[in-house]
Amino acid sequence: MNLFVFLLLGALVLCAIAACLNKNLLTSIVIFMAYSSVMSVIWMLLESPDLAITEAAVGAGVTSILFFVSLKKIHAIEEEEDHEQDEE
Amino acid sequence: MSRMRNDYESTLWSRIEKFVNGEEPEQTMKRKKKSRASYEQVKREDVFMEDILLRMERREEESFLEKVEEYGEKRRVRRYERIYRILAVFLCFTVMAVLLVTVSYLPPFGNPDNPANNEVIERYIEKGLQETGTVNVVTGMILNYRGFDTMGETHVLFIAATSVTILLLAVSEKDKKRASDRSFEPKNDIILQKAAKVLVPVIFMFGIYVIMNGHLSPGGGFSGGAMIGAGMILYAGAFGFAKTDRIFNGHVIKIAKISALCLYVSSLSYYFYTGANGIENHIPLGTPGNLFSSGLIFFINIFVGTEVACTMYTFYALFRRGGL
Repeated sequence: MNLFVFLLLGALVLCAIAACLNKNLLTSIVIFMAYSSVMSVIWMLLESPDLAITEAAVGAGVTSILFFVSLKKIHAIEEEEDHEQDEE
Repeated sequence: MSRMRNDYESTLWSRIEKFVNGEEPEQTMKRKKKSRASYEQVKREDVFMEDILLRMERREEESFLEKVEEYGEKRRVRRYERIYRILAVFLCFTVMAVLLVTVSYLPPFGNPDNPANNEVIERYIEKGLQETGTVNVVTGMILNYRGFDTMGETHVLFIAATSVTILLLAVSEKDKKRASDRSFEPKNDIILQKAAKVLVPVIFMFGIYVIMNGHLSPGGGFSGGAMIGAGMILYAGAFGFAKTDRIFNGHVIKIAKISALCLYVSSLSYYFYTGANGIENHIPLGTPGNLFSSGLIFFINIFVGTEVACTMYTFYALFRRGGL
């Protein structure tokens, strides 16, 4: 159990650094989602399930969707879209 | 009276003087003279080349000057970047050290003698079930003991959502067409639609469960409302806004949102005026553990959940098509 907690904390630090240093914004958001999921498990282990539910719903779900939509608005993920349309 | 030095032309001071007077530096002058000489030479041979040579000369000169300027600029920028990086790392480490030193002075985690463990927490835990009727102490604290704070927070959130709506709402049809990005993406993604068909009812049901059992199990109005909002966003993303508009159009959302907020505020105000903290409360608390118990908290959770779900969906719709 103790090892599991340290593993989760290590993953948290790793995700935080990776989200900052990543050049691609799309990948950065996905890493941020992973960060939120790990954080919700840590809330669960700290015996605050209320916060864990909220973190999973808001942090990993809605915030990331709004980030994706914002990236689309500023045309930061345009290239992949063109690629998809070419394939079709 | 001073006498001009013989090599005055090549000293630093003369260059500075020339620069101040707006004359060109010596090097470019030399280059100009040279190119002019060659130009004179060519002129005799061909008159037609005059224009091209003139242009070539000018371009050469400009590119040379640009290069000189660029080099200086680049060096300054590079130096600035290096100093900036060193200072940023230094600042990060300083803040980290300060915070770590502060943390080492804090009382140990979980110590019963910590200043946070005072009579307030004892009261909440011992008398919470009896006074508020909620099995989940956190909900009892948020919506009963600290209901006034929560109401203020809700007002702040409502004002923030209203200002974002004012900023992003597209009024005219032209704005709506420009704001909508639905036309760019591939429609009718089969994998997403099939997954949404299975997942959305489950998400809705879980969200409703979390809201309704906010006083019995972990969760409450905010988390359940966020779940329902996420489910609505998933449905809208999979099937498009045309299908969501059949039920959740702007009219319905407006009515749901405003009525939920008004009912929430009026019920909490009634609770405050009849005497908060369980004294002289006219609303029956019911048996702890039943679904219909804990008085107003059950209904307040439902109102908050409706409000939050509508706000989440509104934000998504605002971002995607500039309106409800």
